[in-house]
Amino acid sequence: MLASSTIAALRKGLTAGEITPRDIVLDVAKSIEAGNAEIGAYLSWDVEAALAEADRADITKPLGGIPIAVKDNMNVTGQPCTCGSRILAENYTAPYDAGAIQKLRAGGAIPFGRLNMDEFAMGSSTENSALGITRNPRDLSRVPGGSSGGSAAAVAGDLAVAALGSDTGGSIRQPAALCGCVGIKPTYGRVSRYGLVAFASSLDQIGPLTKTVEDSALLLNHLCGYDAHDSTSLNVEVPDFTAALGRDIKGLRIGLPKEYYIDGIHPGVSASVQAAIRQLESLGAIIEEISLPHTELGVATYYVLAPAEASANLARFDGVRYGHRSSSAGDLLEQYTKSRSEGFGPEVKRRILLGTYMLSSGYYDAYYIRAQKARTLIRNDFTEAFKKVDVILSPTSPTPAHKLGELKDNPLAAYLEDVFTIPVNLAGLPGISLPCGTVEVEGKALPVGLQIVGKALDEATVLRVAHAYEQSR
Amino acid sequence: MPEAHQIDIHHVAKLARLTLTDEEATRYESQLNGILTYIDTLTRYNLDGVEPTAHAMPVYDVLRADEPRPGFTQEQALSNAPKRFADQIQIPKVIE
Repeated sequence: MLASSTIAALRKGLTAGEITPRDIVLDVAKSIEAGNAEIGAYLSWDVEAALAEADRADITKPLGGIPIAVKDNMNVTGQPCTCGSRILAENYTAPYDAGAIQKLRAGGAIPFGRLNMDEFAMGSSTENSALGITRNPRDLSRVPGGSSGGSAAAVAGDLAVAALGSDTGGSIRQPAALCGCVGIKPTYGRVSRYGLVAFASSLDQIGPLTKTVEDSALLLNHLCGYDAHDSTSLNVEVPDFTAALGRDIKGLRIGLPKEYYIDGIHPGVSASVQAAIRQLESLGAIIEEISLPHTELGVATYYVLAPAEASANLARFDGVRYGHRSSSAGDLLEQYTKSRSEGFGPEVKRRILLGTYMLSSGYYDAYYIRAQKARTLIRNDFTEAFKKVDVILSPTSPTPAHKLGELKDNPLAAYLEDVFTIPVNLAGLPGISLPCGTVEVEGKALPVGLQIVGKALDEATVLRVAHAYEQSR
Repeated sequence: MPEAHQIDIHHVAKLARLTLTDEEATRYESQLNGILTYIDTLTRYNLDGVEPTAHAMPVYDVLRADEPRPGFTQEQALSNAPKRFADQIQIPKVIE
């Protein structure tokens, strides 16, 4: 089955003439048709369009002929872009390629298939999608995590070779951890956000979900880079991320934040991460305790900034230029309110209301400015820590995957699950999650994710440590 | 200690251009008050004199040459409009 292969293996097959891009697309399509009814990773996939691209593919390019599945919040010309929302489900067809998609195409890849997600990326379980349920391929009674739950489930369930996700507070890393694949959020500004439907603009970042660390490095090579269409895009050199792979980690300093190793972490998660720490130590890394004293502020800061920015970003959905327009509206104001109220789901409404409140007259300083100040403290914590260590290690998520519906009526409890991933977005740093064992729950082996966070723009070291660990297991 | 939150959900919904059913209003009001109480964690720290961070990787004054460049065609820009008339987006009448 080619869908279960890595990009690296497929590239070898392609250049040796053993397989064609058409073979790969057909095999991935077959896997989707066989498995998607159960897993629900994909919302749509256009085999004919992908085959047409496969037949034109230039396999001399580094990603030539490789199909990449895309989270349904990135524009790909001619494809839907629902964001898991009714407001974009009926009649939106992307009229352009997102910056990240342009880069992928330039590398030869074929965007194939649209992946389910929490509506507008708001959530950690993909249960907030208005368009369908996605199940964890390791245990179908459990959530895949989120918001890039479709991406993680597709890759881990072998319905995709690799996928793109987006990460605002952990939305690549957490589902990768819960499904048992690799996911990396690059430094803020590394990957263009042009054509990524905005959730919280100061936090959003696109990244790959893959079966191996090497595949993540390969994809990053063709996702990163300056884009004039995104004013926050960084105009910095993009190294060859695969060059760092295979180098040893002797003498490399790994920090364990004492604030992270606390109560509330599932014992099985804790045991897996402790074993990974010992493994890295045996590879020659130096383990040190560090302190990130403002960790406690992370989730509260995030749940000011993200809803505030979201409430502004989602104001564009008013039924005028695109998306759902209510058929029963009289005047223009009613058209706005009815289109929005009919189109948005409960979690999106909750966050728009929260953000609107916090940005409203009299509350802006008390919430938004205060949270931006707290953000400075959190960022300074990391700056100080990285004077002592090269990377920081933690669990990705404090628990393995929950049962579907388990946290449905308790949004705050769900928010608190993002405690280890959120500070990384607030500080804009690169972070990877990779599998580090499993925990046995009700007879099923549920994956545990190890998070490795690096200095700004130092994805290379993050990938190097991740690769060394992955290869030693 | 800050006071318990009492959000005026109907006022906020009006600002957000959302209409809520009575059931939704009750549920959101209680959930939002709970979340706001949690967010009060931020008031436990003295943040006086701390510079706010808007972006983790700040990029300032991004300018480009003011030159014509390719953009959307009219057809691309209108391709998703819910209602079109004479190559424009049609909306309910706003001027009597």
